[in-house]
Amino acid sequence: MLTIKDLHASINGKEILKGLDLQINAGEVHAIMGPNGSGKSTLSAVLVGNPAYEATKGEVIFEGKNLLEMSPEERSCWGIFLSFQYPVEIPGVSMVNFMRTAVNEHRKRRGETPLTAGEFLKMMREKQSIVELDKNLVNRSVNEGFSGGEKKRNEIFQMAMLEPKLAILDETDSGLDIDALRIVANGVNQLKRPDNATIVITHYQRLLDYIKPDVVHVLYNGRIIKTGSPELALELEEKGYDWLK
Amino acid sequence: MQQYIDFFKSQRQKIDESCAPLLNAFREKAFESFQRLGFPAYQSEDYQHTDIAGLLKDDFGFYLNHAVTGINPRKVFPCNVPNLNSFKHFVVNGQFYEEQTAMNLPQGVFSGSLNTFAKQYPALFSRYYNRQAAEKGDGLAAFNTMFVQDGYVLYVPENVIVEKPLQLTNISGGNVNSLVNRRMLIILEQGAQAKLLVCDHTTDEKPILAATQVVEIYTGENASFDFYEMEESSLNTVRLTANFVQQAASSSVIANNITLSNGVTRNNYQVDLTGKQAETHLLGMAIVDVQQKIDNFTLINHRVSDCQSNELFKYILDDEAVGTFSGRIIVAKDAQKTAAYQNNRNLLGSNNCRMYSKPQLEIYADDVKCSHGMTTGQLDETVLFYMRSRGIPKEEAALLLKFAFTNDVIGGIRLEGLRDRLKLLIEKRFRGESLKCQGCI
Repeated sequence: MLTIKDLHASINGKEILKGLDLQINAGEVHAIMGPNGSGKSTLSAVLVGNPAYEATKGEVIFEGKNLLEMSPEERSCWGIFLSFQYPVEIPGVSMVNFMRTAVNEHRKRRGETPLTAGEFLKMMREKQSIVELDKNLVNRSVNEGFSGGEKKRNEIFQMAMLEPKLAILDETDSGLDIDALRIVANGVNQLKRPDNATIVITHYQRLLDYIKPDVVHVLYNGRIIKTGSPELALELEEKGYDWLK
Repeated sequence: MQQYIDFFKSQRQKIDESCAPLLNAFREKAFESFQRLGFPAYQSEDYQHTDIAGLLKDDFGFYLNHAVTGINPRKVFPCNVPNLNSFKHFVVNGQFYEEQTAMNLPQGVFSGSLNTFAKQYPALFSRYYNRQAAEKGDGLAAFNTMFVQDGYVLYVPENVIVEKPLQLTNISGGNVNSLVNRRMLIILEQGAQAKLLVCDHTTDEKPILAATQVVEIYTGENASFDFYEMEESSLNTVRLTANFVQQAASSSVIANNITLSNGVTRNNYQVDLTGKQAETHLLGMAIVDVQQKIDNFTLINHRVSDCQSNELFKYILDDEAVGTFSGRIIVAKDAQKTAAYQNNRNLLGSNNCRMYSKPQLEIYADDVKCSHGMTTGQLDETVLFYMRSRGIPKEEAALLLKFAFTNDVIGGIRLEGLRDRLKLLIEKRFRGESLKCQGCI
């Protein structure tokens, strides 16, 4: 599904990713762990096309297309989704309007007709229940005045609405209490299918108790320095990262 | 300026000819004022970015002794805001368009021509006409009083509530450069209520169509008046307005000015809160691009205690457009317990558009709540990226954000049909589609 070869990327001229290789197949859950500043968030930003980052070398092939040549909106419609570490507030734009525009843009690119208001609202109701999102929240402006937990749930709700092939969860567990963590993880697990894949970026083993990874990678200094089974995450929790350097 | 002085002296008979004698009675004094004051000087404190004399230096044709004949604005311009059931009037090139059909207005309400009002209600006319303009107005207001031919009057007697909104459509058009001087007089007596929508349109794009407009509003105790103005004109239009508002105790005024498309526009607002617990909501929004210019100047005078004023102006600029906002609030020494809030937010869409904003608060009382805020910036890149990452194309995301930016000004309109229509027009405007309201059904 996703093949990354020798990826180099920088922000403001500073190189963060220094030759990263990664292979992800449909149906898999990959966890990427690593110390602060190792390049985890840069990797997610480069995959979704954040204009602040520049990929300087290497290639990223996703479902047969060169991701690096696509705009962020094209990538989204092609099936990439990022659950942001810090979701953005958009005052004045309602959740309903935001999601309807997004869903219909996805449909347009697939050559489908826009959903009617009734169809769309039905879809919203179904997906809201996956992350137990308060129905009042969808009538408000996007993320405006949402609590930290609500914002993260809202990310997974958007993921449910857009049904991506590859979802990247960037520190979705940060700032969540245990209940919220369980709800968010449940949502992600419900959305798991044989034909999609997930990258879970996290600092802690805790989230991986809820979202079971197939593969665990350690990212350090812009490269993946170790890949292993889920047990690797437990080992990291115990020993830290120093023994790998 | 000299050409107007000469014109006034030589054409006096023609200027007076079709107007009510009472209206003509004010011209001489205004002429004296104009000779003394002239047009407001360019780059003087209150006219930093609008050159009135420069805008009016061309040789303009005047509509004098002019009757609206041969055209029926209801046919030429079947303005129709769906779901807005209103009493409709037209002013064509400054002249009120008289219609035969009765309007079924509530008892005692006058809604019609300035000249007719002067003839039918001489006492009221003399009491209110030009009172604020003469006292507080500058040379431009005097200029308007010298040449005004007609206009519109709304008079609502004590405790009468006009439920149905009134709608006035100003239409300017012609084949040569022309200057129209029109007038509005709004009198709401104690306990009266009314809502007025004024739409400004130009029908021809080629010649320069200039208009001066002086509006005087008086609200009695407990009266409530909503004044919505929308400009939808063309690049060659010059619109210079002076709005004077005088509010008695516990009265409420909403003035909401939307500049959808224009040429050069200068709107002056002078609001005087003269009775306790009066409240004013002064809102404005402008969408300008290419070489359009919009200059809103506001002055709110808190003369007595316990009044409230709320000001919100939003500008969305692009290309080489220029926006100006001056917001002056004066709280008099005895105006304790005043609450005055001012907010100006501006969105820049290009590197070449410019925005000048000047908040000015002068507070002489010591127990007041006053605040002002101003921001000027571009669309937030992180927000744009967030939206794009969900599949929304950049242009569409920008459109949603610009649209959201206009929300609170549009939300301040208390006519649902107008709100809906404006949302549609604003979206068209942002999409660069033709804005013609004509026959917009």
